[in-house]
Amino acid sequence: MATKQYLFAGFGGQGILFSGKFLAYKGLTEGKQVSWLPSYGPEMRGGTASCSVILSDSPVGSPIVSKPDVLVAMNLPSLDKYEDAVVSGGVIFLDSSLIERKVKRTDVTVHYIPATKLASENNMPTLANMIIVGKILKEFNEFGEGVNAALSKVISAKHADMLDVNLKALQIGADN
Amino acid sequence: MADKVLMKGNEAIAEAAIIAGCRHYFGYPITPQTEIAAYMAKRMPKIGGCFLQAESEVAAINMVYGVSSTGHRVMTSSSSPGISLKSEGLSYLAGADLPALVVNVQRGGPGLGGIQPSQSDYYQATKAGGHGDFRMLVLAPASVQEMADLTVKGFELADKYRMTSMILADGTMGQMMEPVSLQYDVKEMPEKKWATTGTNMEREHNIVNSLFLQPDELEKSNIERFERYKYIEENEAMYEEYMMDDAEICIAAFGIASRVAKNAIVEARKKGIKVGMIRPITLWPFPNKPFLKASEKAHTFISVELSMGQMIDDVKLATKCRGEYVLCNRVGGMIPSPEEVLLAIETANKNGGAK
Repeated sequence: MATKQYLFAGFGGQGILFSGKFLAYKGLTEGKQVSWLPSYGPEMRGGTASCSVILSDSPVGSPIVSKPDVLVAMNLPSLDKYEDAVVSGGVIFLDSSLIERKVKRTDVTVHYIPATKLASENNMPTLANMIIVGKILKEFNEFGEGVNAALSKVISAKHADMLDVNLKALQIGADN
Repeated sequence: MADKVLMKGNEAIAEAAIIAGCRHYFGYPITPQTEIAAYMAKRMPKIGGCFLQAESEVAAINMVYGVSSTGHRVMTSSSSPGISLKSEGLSYLAGADLPALVVNVQRGGPGLGGIQPSQSDYYQATKAGGHGDFRMLVLAPASVQEMADLTVKGFELADKYRMTSMILADGTMGQMMEPVSLQYDVKEMPEKKWATTGTNMEREHNIVNSLFLQPDELEKSNIERFERYKYIEENEAMYEEYMMDDAEICIAAFGIASRVAKNAIVEARKKGIKVGMIRPITLWPFPNKPFLKASEKAHTFISVELSMGQMIDDVKLATKCRGEYVLCNRVGGMIPSPEEVLLAIETANKNGGAK
């Protein structure tokens, strides 16, 4: 991996920024150069949210991801908006329980994950995001030791009781 | 890497300020810098400091004036429209030779503008912070690490020269998270004999004021201040050079624009184009020397800015208008893409400096 550029997009409240933060922390604990840039402003409050995450072996230049290697789309507007921006040969992860259509591009790899459905079946309705992240880690062979360390950094001590359920969500995604 | 933490640029500024010994923060919320105030609200009460949300930006900057008069490190922060409100206070701080740290996390303007990143307060920060003849030290971070580093540096410079240091950041720098290390060997604060700390009946009263009704006295204070500025111009300019050794095209960019430009330079170099960048870290004093030196080899200067072209004037002045000058910009909260900058580089390369 030289540089991998991620774009996470969905509704505000789906944990878009949190997922990106987790990946950034994971990169940091593994000694990578990282950047995390959120969309900010009124769209965060119930509208669309997105964040750019870059993981690299060399210093990160622009933190803005306009041509993602990896797109995570958690709702239809996000897929509509960013599908064409993904680089050729890139990867799209989408929540197939919220997005009914298929990806039109034929030059990218697509993973359809019924994340919201899996989350509610497993009694963790707010963790569809982490189920998708679990799938990402699995696909990229990155479900390694950094996971626990990153989780304990991104989840504050106050919410330490959420650690296990987040780990479980990642595992569900990886097994899917 | 163990000592690095992920922080937002805004939070890094706040924590670095506390490390630098700042125990007084006054501000009024405004996107995209509110995290600074939020961080201070949380931390200051725990360390015996003072966080106060003022009733307005005008009130906040005048509280800064008050605390600075007593010799303590103090700061305020805002974003573009809020900085305009502070401009009277900035002038008073300068007139009274008071040190302070002021942060501007810029957003698009003019007016209320938008809330997305911008660099269009360059003129305001470097040339017209308020009425009267005065300057501010203007520091332009291009990473979260520099948001923190330049905050510490800003306090030190402010105290050293008894003037305002302004951190001129933008929405991207404020909102993004990057790994940051906050290990500082903070210099001891210089003794402030001018501060109003109480005479103990042992010395004359210190008077902190910007009112000089006698023209000759006022002239004298202005001239003395500008002698200080001259020394600063000669000694405190900071910049980073990137691939400038053989550069025939020189990009000038600061903050987020320099990050985008780096991507474009890497691509252009792959195509064999001799392009480099000078990134001013201090916008005032502007790093004239490296630009003048670059003009011996470079035929074209490309100023990449999130404004309608403000820093480009200083690039022209620094290089005595010797070269060809190109503006590569987006405004209103838009950010130039690496592709746009690359196109400007390729065009400049094709033209080879011809008009």
